[in-house]
Amino acid sequence: MSSQDEMVDKELQRNIFLARVEPLANYVYNWGRKSSMWPVMFGLACCALEMIGAAASRYDAARFGMELFRASPRQADLMIVAGTVTQKMAPQVLRIYQQMAEPKYVLAMGSCAISGGIFTSYAVLQGVDEIVPVDVYVPGCPPRPEALVQGFMMLHEKVMKQSFRAMPWYQKSAS
Amino acid sequence: MTNEEILAQIREAFPTAVLDVPSDMIDYTIVLAADQLLPVCRFLHDEIGMDYITDVTAVDYPEYFEVVYHLYSISKNQGMLTLKVRLEDKENPAIDSVTPLWPGANLMECEVYDLMGIRFEGHPGLRRIMLWDGFPGHPLRKDFENRTFTFKELEPTRPQPPNW
Repeated sequence: MSSQDEMVDKELQRNIFLARVEPLANYVYNWGRKSSMWPVMFGLACCALEMIGAAASRYDAARFGMELFRASPRQADLMIVAGTVTQKMAPQVLRIYQQMAEPKYVLAMGSCAISGGIFTSYAVLQGVDEIVPVDVYVPGCPPRPEALVQGFMMLHEKVMKQSFRAMPWYQKSAS
Repeated sequence: MTNEEILAQIREAFPTAVLDVPSDMIDYTIVLAADQLLPVCRFLHDEIGMDYITDVTAVDYPEYFEVVYHLYSISKNQGMLTLKVRLEDKENPAIDSVTPLWPGANLMECEVYDLMGIRFEGHPGLRRIMLWDGFPGHPLRKDFENRTFTFKELEPTRPQPPNW
């Protein structure tokens, strides 16, 4: 990661025009990405109701770009895992994640998605980060819609900081 | 008719079936012999008219499993009758299925099989419904270690997709 930055800096020093354009290009690119991030409908349990509450009129999720919750993962950028992930459901969560096209982000909502919640049980997966890489964790049982909105804002900050040269899905290596 | 009259009729028809009628239970309970369960249930269904089964569960005691049935009669407005059957074999417990008499017992017996491991003979399609076929062990038994599983350790037990 640091060698990438050094390489980028060296290039930038050689080419002043690109140095001017690159941050602007990053900004526009990331702004477009964060302003229109469509979640895939993935409410599993009680947190889904709070997610719906955050998407309803009072705590509007549409003003954050999450206008539509797409039913098909192929058309979505963000997977909000809202609710308890049981061991029986876990492979299906992984399948939905794998069907999403990159760039994709995961937001783990609620205690059950973060670490199994109060269910220390044989039937509950102790945290969805055992199977998918999570970008933002929103704790709570359930988190209030305002907390989920703060999670969205944190995800937007994360997206704004990313550089399209360094993102894993644009690398040439076979990862 | 009252529960005592039902008990009297069962005793008349099947002299050896009733093992015990515990007096300290809140609900009226009849403990039956395991091999006579199906004839007594058929008698209850046909003659006495208990046409509604609300629950089939099981209890894990140290020496035996106990399968519990809750029966009602809608046509005769009969209250709850509880039947209990004790299974001594703790390695491979098995009992007759009452699904041919009361179709509502179908999924409940599947659940008991899934979580306790008690097989029901004569059941049309006994399968694990809450967990999956390869899940290690039967969780609601007392000797099942109460712990969490990671995704990786359960992965080989899951049904594998066919290799296209």
